Amino acid sequence: MPNIRDLVDYVENNDWAFTQGHRLCPGCNAPMVANWATLAAKSLGYEPVVGVATGCLEVSTTIFPYTSWNVPYIHNAFENVAATISGAEAAYRSLKNRKKIDNDKIKFIAIGGDGGTYDIGLQSLSGAIERGHDFVYILYDNEGYMNTGNQRSGSTPPGADSTTEPIGKASSGKLQLKKSIVDIVAGHEGVYAATAVTSEPWDFMRKMQQALEFRGPAFIAVLAPCVRFWRIPDDSGVEVTKLAVETKYWPLWEYNMGVYKVTKKPKTFKPVKEYITKLGRYNKLMKRPDANEILEELQNYVNAKWDRLLALEELTKDKPLRTKI
Amino acid sequence: MSNLKGWKEIPIGGVIDKPATSRLYKTGEWRVSRPVIDREVCINCMQCWLYCPDMSIEGSIEGKRMKLGEFKMEYCKGCGVCAAVCPVNAIVMKPESEFIDE
Ligand SMILES: Cc1ncc(C[n+]2csc(CCOP(=O)(O)OP(=O)(O)O)c2C)c(N)n1
Repeated sequence: MPNIRDLVDYVENNDWAFTQGHRLCPGCNAPMVANWATLAAKSLGYEPVVGVATGCLEVSTTIFPYTSWNVPYIHNAFENVAATISGAEAAYRSLKNRKKIDNDKIKFIAIGGDGGTYDIGLQSLSGAIERGHDFVYILYDNEGYMNTGNQRSGSTPPGADSTTEPIGKASSGKLQLKKSIVDIVAGHEGVYAATAVTSEPWDFMRKMQQALEFRGPAFIAVLAPCVRFWRIPDDSGVEVTKLAVETKYWPLWEYNMGVYKVTKKPKTFKPVKEYITKLGRYNKLMKRPDANEILEELQNYVNAKWDRLLALEELTKDKPLRTKI
Repeated sequence: MSNLKGWKEIPIGGVIDKPATSRLYKTGEWRVSRPVIDREVCINCMQCWLYCPDMSIEGSIEGKRMKLGEFKMEYCKGCGVCAAVCPVNAIVMKPESEFIDE
């Protein structure tokens, strides 16, 4: 796993893989994910080829004639980054087989927002995983369609305010649960899948290395706040994701071909209310008469999910479903 | 708007044939407050360097040790993440109005 020294050394002697001048909002957590993912790959000696689905990260980093990518990069559309990157990967494999290219350090990385991953890009992601392409898919999860102004997505959690499911007298915001995307990906079985957060960069780097070394599809879901629409101060995204882990809202775990592992087990947990009340997008929810009921439901939900994770870890220990893709 | 290229002048597919050209766009102009670091307190842990969402903090290896470099105001958007993640509180955010003469 790269350490901080390796990264500083790499940038000093080479360059950033993801560069200055992008137009993401001040304090946005998405560029941290893009920077760490590409830097981790570079410092490990890989040559990443990146595809990004339409969304804030893509829109703000590739405004013609400007690009913030210092690596080969492709944008196609909102719904098909996994298909696009699997095509690039297949072409590379073919060129290698025909001895037209002899570089085995090239790695394919797809990055998508939650709209592009949980919703519109889900079938292209599922197809790419099922076909067994050798790529890493990174989801930066800001829990909504943020580039177009905070519409709800399959990732928006219940009780959050969005323009398409606003909180008011008649409704408590989004009513449905957030999809468990890593479980959906894990359901493909021949895959490495993990969760990560911006407050744990080294946990992310380790998972990134594992994903890059995994010979097949790998997926990392990174909780990455949108400071604008989560209604939090510009400087607090990292503090918020730390709380997400400490309250079981976003447990850190990984799945490797059937085997579950919880990668961070806090000794004590804080109530999920501490996380919820930190985010301005729940302010209106907290003023509703049913706020406590909704909070209690959420607390029971995260407790049950955590217990389930621990049980799965125990149950699947040393029992992979597959040994190769 | 008159200097925008017409569709016939833009490469097919909107291909950008040079990497990292966004450096020509100086996001520092957005800033309303800026980080000021106390070098006496800084322990060169590089946490701010790692976290800066705009890659606007420099770093180097000197001998065996890591050293935090300059904060590049051309790109710093003033988000304050560097100050928030600093484990020794060596960074404070000051309003840009205090630097109006620069
Ligand atoms: C097929 C299609 N539908 C709608 C859009 C408009 N659109 C552009 S970005 C975006 C939201 C992206 O949301 P998400 O994937 O969550 O990424 P975020 O912007 O939150 O980072 C939408 C709806 C589009 N570009 N293409």
